[in-house]
Amino acid sequence: MTAALNIFTVLAISAGTFFFLAGTIGLLRFPDTLTRLHALTKADNVGLGLVVFGLLPLVQWPFGALKLISVWLLVQLSGSIIAQLIAVIVRQEES
Amino acid sequence: MTTAFIFNVVLVALLLVVATWIIASRDAFSAVVAFVAYGLLLAIVWVELSAIDIALTEAAIGSGVTGMLLLGAAGRLRDAEATAVSTGLPLRLAAAVLCALIAAGLAAIVLSPPSAVFSLAPDAMAHLWESGLGNPVAGVLFVYRAFDTLLEKIVLVLALVGVWSLAPDRFWGGIPGLYVYQQPNSVLTLLSQLLPPLGIVVGIYMFWTGANNPGGAFQGGTILAAMWILVMIAGLESVPSTNRRALRLLVVVGPATFLAIGLVGFAVAGGFLAYPAGYAKPLIIVAEAALTLSIGVTLGLLAAGPPERMQQQ
Repeated sequence: MTAALNIFTVLAISAGTFFFLAGTIGLLRFPDTLTRLHALTKADNVGLGLVVFGLLPLVQWPFGALKLISVWLLVQLSGSIIAQLIAVIVRQEES
Repeated sequence: MTTAFIFNVVLVALLLVVATWIIASRDAFSAVVAFVAYGLLLAIVWVELSAIDIALTEAAIGSGVTGMLLLGAAGRLRDAEATAVSTGLPLRLAAAVLCALIAAGLAAIVLSPPSAVFSLAPDAMAHLWESGLGNPVAGVLFVYRAFDTLLEKIVLVLALVGVWSLAPDRFWGGIPGLYVYQQPNSVLTLLSQLLPPLGIVVGIYMFWTGANNPGGAFQGGTILAAMWILVMIAGLESVPSTNRRALRLLVVVGPATFLAIGLVGFAVAGGFLAYPAGYAKPLIIVAEAALTLSIGVTLGLLAAGPPERMQQQ
Protein backbone atom coordinates (compact mmCIF):
# COMPACT_ATOMS: atom_id res chain seq x y z
CA MET A 1 0.00 0.00 0.00
CA THR A 2 2.78 2.42 0.98
CA ALA A 3 4.74 1.53 -2.16
CA ALA A 4 1.68 2.21 -4.31
CA LEU A 5 1.14 5.58 -2.60
CA ASN A 6 4.80 6.48 -3.07
CA ILE A 7 4.61 5.65 -6.78
CA PHE A 8 1.48 7.81 -7.00
CA THR A 9 3.31 10.70 -5.26
CA VAL A 10 6.31 10.46 -7.57
CA LEU A 11 4.12 10.29 -10.68
CA ALA A 12 1.88 13.20 -9.67
CA ILE A 13 4.76 15.49 -8.65
CA SER A 14 6.71 14.62 -11.81
CA ALA A 15 3.66 15.48 -13.90
CA GLY A 16 3.31 18.71 -11.93
CA THR A 17 6.92 19.73 -12.48
CA PHE A 18 6.47 18.93 -16.18
CA PHE A 19 3.70 21.53 -16.31
CA PHE A 20 5.91 24.05 -14.50
CA LEU A 21 8.70 23.35 -17.00
CA ALA A 22 6.31 23.75 -19.93
CA GLY A 23 4.93 26.94 -18.39
CA THR A 24 8.42 28.37 -17.94
CA ILE A 25 9.39 27.55 -21.52
CA GLY A 26 6.17 29.18 -22.68
CA LEU A 27 6.89 32.25 -20.57
CA LEU A 28 10.31 32.57 -22.19
CA ARG A 29 9.40 31.65 -25.76
CA PHE A 30 5.84 32.85 -26.44
CA PRO A 31 5.63 35.99 -28.59
CA ASP A 32 3.37 38.38 -26.65
CA THR A 33 2.09 39.16 -23.16
CA LEU A 34 -1.30 37.48 -23.48
CA THR A 35 0.10 34.12 -24.63
CA ARG A 36 2.81 34.31 -21.97
CA LEU A 37 0.10 34.83 -19.36
CA HIS A 38 -1.66 31.75 -20.73
CA ALA A 39 1.51 29.68 -20.25
CA LEU A 40 2.07 31.02 -16.75
CA THR A 41 -1.43 30.35 -15.46
CA LYS A 42 -1.32 26.76 -16.74
CA ALA A 43 1.77 26.15 -14.60
CA ASP A 44 0.07 27.64 -11.55
CA ASN A 45 -3.24 25.85 -11.93
CA VAL A 46 -2.40 22.38 -13.17
CA GLY A 47 1.25 22.14 -12.10
CA LEU A 48 0.72 23.21 -8.51
CA GLY A 49 -2.53 21.20 -8.40
CA LEU A 50 -0.68 18.01 -9.34
CA VAL A 51 2.15 18.71 -6.86
CA VAL A 52 -0.41 19.23 -4.08
CA PHE A 53 -2.30 16.12 -5.18
CA GLY A 54 0.90 14.10 -5.02
CA LEU A 55 1.80 15.40 -1.56
CA LEU A 56 -1.61 14.63 -0.05
CA PRO A 57 -0.79 11.03 1.02
CA LEU A 58 2.35 12.29 2.81
CA VAL A 59 0.74 14.85 5.10
CA GLN A 60 -1.37 14.59 8.21
CA TRP A 61 -5.06 13.99 7.67
CA PRO A 62 -7.21 16.14 7.81
CA PHE A 63 -5.52 19.47 8.68
CA GLY A 64 -2.25 19.08 6.79
CA ALA A 65 -4.18 18.06 3.69
CA LEU A 66 -6.66 20.93 4.08
CA LYS A 67 -3.79 23.40 4.41
CA LEU A 68 -2.22 22.14 1.18
CA ILE A 69 -5.55 22.31 -0.65
CA SER A 70 -6.21 25.85 0.58
CA VAL A 71 -2.72 26.91 -0.57
CA TRP A 72 -3.61 25.58 -4.01
CA LEU A 73 -7.02 27.30 -4.00
CA LEU A 74 -5.47 30.63 -2.91
CA VAL A 75 -2.83 30.45 -5.63
CA GLN A 76 -5.63 29.64 -8.11
CA LEU A 77 -7.55 32.70 -6.98
CA SER A 78 -4.63 35.13 -6.97
CA GLY A 79 -3.09 33.71 -10.15
CA SER A 80 -6.26 33.91 -12.22
CA ILE A 81 -7.12 37.38 -10.93
CA ILE A 82 -3.64 38.80 -11.52
CA ALA A 83 -3.67 37.29 -15.02
CA GLN A 84 -6.98 39.10 -15.67
CA LEU A 85 -5.63 42.38 -14.31
CA ILE A 86 -2.49 42.23 -16.47
CA ALA A 87 -4.60 41.28 -19.50
CA VAL A 88 -6.88 44.30 -18.95
CA ILE A 89 -3.86 46.63 -18.90
CA VAL A 90 -2.45 45.02 -22.07
CA ARG A 91 -5.80 45.55 -23.82
CA GLN A 92 -5.91 49.18 -22.67
CA GLU A 93 -2.41 49.84 -23.95
CA GLU A 94 -3.17 48.23 -27.32
CA SER A 95 -6.27 50.27 -27.95
CA MET B 1 21.99 15.96 1.98
CA THR B 2 23.29 16.44 -1.54
CA THR B 3 19.84 17.35 -2.89
CA ALA B 4 19.47 19.95 -0.14
CA PHE B 5 22.95 21.24 -0.94
CA ILE B 6 22.19 21.59 -4.66
CA PHE B 7 18.89 23.31 -3.82
CA ASN B 8 20.68 25.79 -1.56
CA VAL B 9 23.38 26.54 -4.15
CA VAL B 10 20.72 27.16 -6.81
CA LEU B 11 18.78 29.34 -4.36
CA VAL B 12 21.81 31.50 -3.54
CA ALA B 13 22.75 31.77 -7.23
CA LEU B 14 19.18 32.92 -8.04
CA LEU B 15 19.35 35.43 -5.20
CA LEU B 16 22.59 36.89 -6.58
CA VAL B 17 21.17 37.07 -10.11
CA VAL B 18 18.04 38.88 -8.91
CA ALA B 19 20.14 41.24 -6.76
CA THR B 20 22.29 42.11 -9.77
CA TRP B 21 19.12 42.68 -11.79
CA ILE B 22 17.86 45.16 -9.17
CA ILE B 23 21.08 47.16 -9.39
CA ALA B 24 21.55 46.91 -13.15
CA SER B 25 17.92 47.73 -13.99
CA ARG B 26 17.62 51.25 -15.45
CA ASP B 27 13.88 51.47 -14.91
CA ALA B 28 12.46 52.01 -11.40
CA PHE B 29 9.41 49.82 -12.03
CA SER B 30 11.37 46.72 -13.09
CA ALA B 31 13.83 47.26 -10.23
CA VAL B 32 10.90 47.18 -7.77
CA VAL B 33 9.47 44.04 -9.37
CA ALA B 34 12.90 42.42 -9.01
CA PHE B 35 13.07 43.64 -5.41
CA VAL B 36 9.79 41.87 -4.59
CA ALA B 37 11.05 38.65 -6.19
CA TYR B 38 14.29 39.07 -4.22
CA GLY B 39 12.33 39.36 -0.97
CA LEU B 40 10.36 36.19 -1.66
CA LEU B 41 13.55 34.26 -2.50
CA LEU B 42 15.13 35.61 0.68
CA ALA B 43 12.11 34.35 2.64
CA ILE B 44 12.85 30.84 1.31
CA VAL B 45 16.47 31.27 2.45
CA TRP B 46 15.24 32.10 5.97
CA VAL B 47 13.06 28.98 5.93
CA GLU B 48 16.16 26.97 4.95
CA LEU B 49 17.92 28.50 7.98
CA SER B 50 14.97 27.44 10.21
CA ALA B 51 14.13 31.09 10.95
CA ILE B 52 10.40 30.87 10.17
CA ASP B 53 9.56 34.10 12.04
CA ILE B 54 12.01 36.07 9.93
CA ALA B 55 10.83 34.34 6.77
CA LEU B 56 7.26 35.44 7.49
CA THR B 57 8.39 39.00 8.22
CA GLU B 58 10.54 39.14 5.10
CA ALA B 59 7.71 37.89 2.89
CA ALA B 60 5.10 40.17 4.47
CA ILE B 61 7.07 43.36 5.09
CA GLY B 62 10.40 43.17 3.27
CA SER B 63 8.78 42.00 0.09
CA GLY B 64 5.06 42.82 0.39
CA VAL B 65 4.57 46.18 2.08
CA THR B 66 7.98 47.62 1.14
CA GLY B 67 7.41 46.48 -2.43
CA MET B 68 4.05 48.25 -2.42
CA LEU B 69 5.58 51.47 -1.00
CA LEU B 70 8.34 51.34 -3.62
CA LEU B 71 5.81 50.71 -6.40
CA GLY B 72 3.95 53.80 -5.22
CA ALA B 73 7.17 55.82 -5.24
CA ALA B 74 8.07 54.53 -8.73
CA GLY B 75 4.59 55.48 -9.95
CA ARG B 76 4.88 59.00 -8.52
CA LEU B 77 8.36 59.41 -10.03
CA ARG B 78 7.40 58.13 -13.49
CA ASP B 79 6.98 61.60 -14.97
CA ALA B 80 10.26 62.81 -13.50
CA GLU B 81 12.17 59.72 -14.57
CA ALA B 82 12.33 60.65 -18.27
CA THR B 83 13.92 64.02 -17.56
CA ALA B 84 16.10 62.88 -14.65
CA VAL B 85 19.80 63.65 -14.89
CA SER B 86 21.80 60.45 -14.50
CA THR B 87 24.41 60.40 -11.76
CA GLY B 88 28.01 60.87 -12.86
CA LEU B 89 30.50 58.06 -13.16
CA PRO B 90 32.68 59.12 -10.15
CA LEU B 91 29.66 59.12 -7.83
CA ARG B 92 28.53 55.73 -9.09
CA LEU B 93 32.04 54.34 -8.71
CA ALA B 94 32.23 55.70 -5.15
CA ALA B 95 28.89 54.05 -4.30
CA ALA B 96 30.05 50.76 -5.83
CA VAL B 97 33.33 50.83 -3.89
CA LEU B 98 31.61 51.62 -0.58
CA CYS B 99 29.00 48.88 -1.12
CA ALA B 100 31.75 46.41 -2.05
CA LEU B 101 33.64 47.34 1.13
CA ILE B 102 30.56 46.68 3.28
CA ALA B 103 29.96 43.37 1.50
CA ALA B 104 33.63 42.41 1.97
CA GLY B 105 33.50 43.33 5.66
CA LEU B 106 30.35 41.29 6.22
CA ALA B 107 31.82 38.37 4.27
CA ALA B 108 34.99 38.52 6.37
CA ILE B 109 32.95 38.34 9.57
CA VAL B 110 30.70 35.54 8.34
CA LEU B 111 33.46 33.47 6.78
CA SER B 112 35.86 33.64 9.74
CA PRO B 113 33.73 33.07 12.85
CA PRO B 114 35.38 33.49 16.26
CA SER B 115 36.79 30.26 17.69
CA ALA B 116 34.68 30.44 20.88
CA VAL B 117 31.10 31.14 19.80
CA PHE B 118 29.34 33.37 22.28
CA SER B 119 25.63 32.72 22.40
CA LEU B 120 22.81 33.78 24.69
CA ALA B 121 20.49 31.20 23.15
CA PRO B 122 20.77 28.57 25.95
CA ASP B 123 20.09 31.21 28.64
CA ALA B 124 17.21 32.61 26.64
CA MET B 125 15.66 29.16 26.23
CA ALA B 126 16.24 28.23 29.90
CA HIS B 127 14.17 31.15 31.19
CA LEU B 128 11.55 31.28 28.45
CA TRP B 129 9.01 29.24 30.45
CA GLU B 130 8.85 31.98 33.12
CA SER B 131 7.17 34.27 30.60
CA GLY B 132 4.60 31.65 29.64
CA LEU B 133 5.53 32.03 25.96
CA GLY B 134 6.42 29.09 23.76
CA ASN B 135 8.04 30.94 20.86
CA PRO B 136 11.59 32.08 21.73
CA VAL B 137 11.38 34.86 19.12
CA ALA B 138 8.31 36.30 20.86
CA GLY B 139 10.25 35.94 24.13
CA VAL B 140 13.11 38.04 22.77
CA LEU B 141 10.75 40.62 21.30
CA PHE B 142 8.47 41.10 24.28
CA VAL B 143 10.51 40.04 27.32
CA TYR B 144 14.28 40.22 26.83
CA ARG B 145 14.39 43.09 24.35
CA ALA B 146 10.96 44.64 24.93
CA PHE B 147 12.42 48.14 24.90
CA ASP B 148 13.68 47.71 21.33
CA THR B 149 10.27 46.45 20.27
CA LEU B 150 8.55 49.43 21.89
CA LEU B 151 10.85 51.91 20.13
CA GLU B 152 10.35 50.09 16.83
CA LYS B 153 6.57 50.55 17.09
CA ILE B 154 6.98 54.24 17.94
CA VAL B 155 9.25 54.67 14.90
CA LEU B 156 6.42 53.32 12.77
CA VAL B 157 4.12 56.09 14.02
CA LEU B 158 6.85 58.68 13.37
CA ALA B 159 7.25 57.32 9.83
CA LEU B 160 3.54 57.88 9.26
CA VAL B 161 3.80 61.45 10.58
CA GLY B 162 6.73 61.90 8.18
CA VAL B 163 4.65 60.72 5.20
CA TRP B 164 1.74 62.96 6.21
CA SER B 165 4.14 65.89 6.48
CA LEU B 166 4.83 65.61 2.74
CA ALA B 167 1.33 66.98 2.12
CA PRO B 168 0.96 70.67 1.22
CA ASP B 169 -0.31 72.74 4.17
CA ARG B 170 -3.82 73.12 2.77
CA PHE B 171 -4.29 69.34 2.62
CA TRP B 172 -3.04 68.61 6.16
CA GLY B 173 -5.52 66.22 7.75
CA GLY B 174 -7.06 65.48 4.35
CA ILE B 175 -7.58 62.27 2.43
CA PRO B 176 -4.55 60.29 1.16
CA GLY B 177 -4.23 60.05 -2.60
CA LEU B 178 -3.71 56.35 -3.27
CA TYR B 179 -4.22 57.35 -6.90
CA VAL B 180 -1.07 55.58 -8.06
CA TYR B 181 -2.65 52.21 -7.51
CA GLN B 182 -6.27 53.05 -8.11
CA GLN B 183 -7.59 51.02 -10.98
CA PRO B 184 -11.27 50.17 -10.36
CA ASN B 185 -12.00 46.97 -12.15
CA SER B 186 -14.60 44.23 -11.78
CA VAL B 187 -11.96 41.51 -11.32
CA LEU B 188 -10.28 43.49 -8.56
CA THR B 189 -13.67 43.99 -6.92
CA LEU B 190 -14.18 40.23 -6.93
CA LEU B 191 -10.78 39.65 -5.30
CA SER B 192 -11.40 42.28 -2.66
CA GLN B 193 -14.72 40.66 -1.82
CA LEU B 194 -13.36 37.11 -1.64
CA LEU B 195 -9.97 37.57 0.01
CA PRO B 196 -10.47 39.89 3.05
CA PRO B 197 -12.68 37.54 5.13
CA LEU B 198 -9.98 34.90 4.78
CA GLY B 199 -7.10 37.37 5.19
CA ILE B 200 -8.56 38.88 8.36
CA VAL B 201 -8.87 35.44 9.95
CA VAL B 202 -5.29 34.57 8.91
CA GLY B 203 -4.01 37.93 10.22
CA ILE B 204 -5.64 37.48 13.62
CA TYR B 205 -4.49 33.87 13.78
CA MET B 206 -0.94 34.96 12.95
CA PHE B 207 -0.93 37.35 15.93
CA TRP B 208 -2.60 34.84 18.25
CA THR B 209 -0.33 31.91 17.43
CA GLY B 210 2.75 34.17 17.68
CA ALA B 211 3.07 33.48 21.42
CA ASN B 212 3.87 29.81 20.83
CA ASN B 213 4.59 29.41 17.12
CA PRO B 214 6.19 31.51 14.40
CA GLY B 215 4.04 34.58 13.82
CA GLY B 216 3.28 37.69 15.80
CA ALA B 217 1.91 41.21 15.80
CA PHE B 218 3.97 42.52 12.89
CA GLN B 219 3.16 39.69 10.48
CA GLY B 220 -0.50 39.61 11.51
CA GLY B 221 -0.81 43.39 11.29
CA THR B 222 0.77 43.37 7.84
CA ILE B 223 -1.81 40.92 6.54
CA LEU B 224 -4.62 43.04 8.00
CA ALA B 225 -3.07 46.10 6.33
CA ALA B 226 -2.88 44.26 3.00
CA MET B 227 -6.58 43.42 3.20
CA TRP B 228 -7.46 47.02 4.00
CA ILE B 229 -5.33 48.34 1.12
CA LEU B 230 -6.94 45.86 -1.25
CA VAL B 231 -10.43 47.00 -0.28
CA MET B 232 -9.40 50.68 -0.66
CA ILE B 233 -7.74 50.15 -4.06
CA ALA B 234 -10.76 48.29 -5.38
CA GLY B 235 -12.85 51.26 -4.28
CA LEU B 236 -15.18 49.21 -2.05
CA GLU B 237 -14.21 51.33 0.93
CA SER B 238 -13.21 54.98 0.68
CA VAL B 239 -9.85 56.17 1.97
CA PRO B 240 -10.45 57.81 5.36
CA SER B 241 -9.61 61.41 6.10
CA THR B 242 -6.42 61.54 8.18
CA ASN B 243 -7.87 64.03 10.68
CA ARG B 244 -10.44 61.52 11.90
CA ARG B 245 -9.95 61.07 15.64
CA ALA B 246 -10.83 57.35 15.62
CA LEU B 247 -8.21 56.71 12.93
CA ARG B 248 -5.48 58.54 14.84
CA LEU B 249 -6.43 56.68 18.01
CA LEU B 250 -6.06 53.38 16.17
CA VAL B 251 -2.59 54.43 15.02
CA VAL B 252 -1.35 55.10 18.56
CA VAL B 253 -3.35 52.55 20.59
CA GLY B 254 -0.68 49.84 20.17
CA PRO B 255 2.42 51.79 21.21
CA ALA B 256 0.39 53.55 23.93
CA THR B 257 -0.84 50.27 25.42
CA PHE B 258 2.65 48.82 25.32
CA LEU B 259 4.10 51.95 26.93
CA ALA B 260 1.39 51.91 29.62
CA ILE B 261 2.13 48.27 30.44
CA GLY B 262 5.82 49.20 30.59
CA LEU B 263 5.16 52.07 33.00
CA VAL B 264 2.93 49.93 35.21
CA GLY B 265 5.98 47.63 35.47
CA PHE B 266 7.64 50.31 37.61
CA ALA B 267 4.88 50.04 40.20
CA VAL B 268 4.21 46.30 40.30
CA ALA B 269 7.34 44.54 39.03
CA GLY B 270 10.18 46.88 39.90
CA GLY B 271 11.21 48.15 36.47
CA PHE B 272 10.25 49.56 33.10
CA LEU B 273 8.66 46.90 30.86
CA ALA B 274 8.96 44.30 33.64
CA TYR B 275 5.99 41.99 34.01
CA PRO B 276 4.66 40.82 37.40
CA ALA B 277 5.24 37.08 37.90
CA GLY B 278 2.46 35.00 36.40
CA TYR B 279 0.94 37.86 34.41
CA ALA B 280 3.58 38.11 31.70
CA LYS B 281 1.70 36.21 29.01
CA PRO B 282 -1.72 37.89 29.38
CA LEU B 283 -0.05 41.33 29.40
CA ILE B 284 2.00 40.47 26.32
CA ILE B 285 -1.12 39.22 24.51
CA VAL B 286 -2.95 42.48 25.34
CA ALA B 287 0.00 44.55 24.08
CA GLU B 288 0.30 42.42 20.96
CA ALA B 289 -3.41 42.66 20.17
CA ALA B 290 -3.29 46.46 20.35
CA LEU B 291 -0.04 46.50 18.36
CA THR B 292 -1.50 44.27 15.64
CA LEU B 293 -4.34 46.73 15.17
CA SER B 294 -2.02 49.75 15.14
CA ILE B 295 0.46 48.14 12.76
CA GLY B 296 -2.35 47.22 10.38
CA VAL B 297 -3.77 50.75 10.32
CA THR B 298 -0.34 52.44 10.18
CA LEU B 299 0.97 50.30 7.32
CA GLY B 300 -2.28 50.81 5.42
CA LEU B 301 -1.99 54.57 5.82
CA LEU B 302 1.71 54.51 4.89
CA ALA B 303 0.81 52.77 1.64
CA ALA B 304 -2.03 55.22 1.04
CA GLY B 305 0.52 58.05 1.08
CA PRO B 306 0.31 61.74 1.97
CA PRO B 307 -3.06 63.54 2.03
CA GLU B 308 -3.94 65.02 -1.35
CA ARG B 309 -7.43 66.44 -1.05
CA MET B 310 -9.77 67.71 1.63
CA GLN B 311 -13.00 66.08 2.66
CA GLN B 312 -16.01 67.71 1.00
CA GLN B 313 -18.06 69.39 3.68
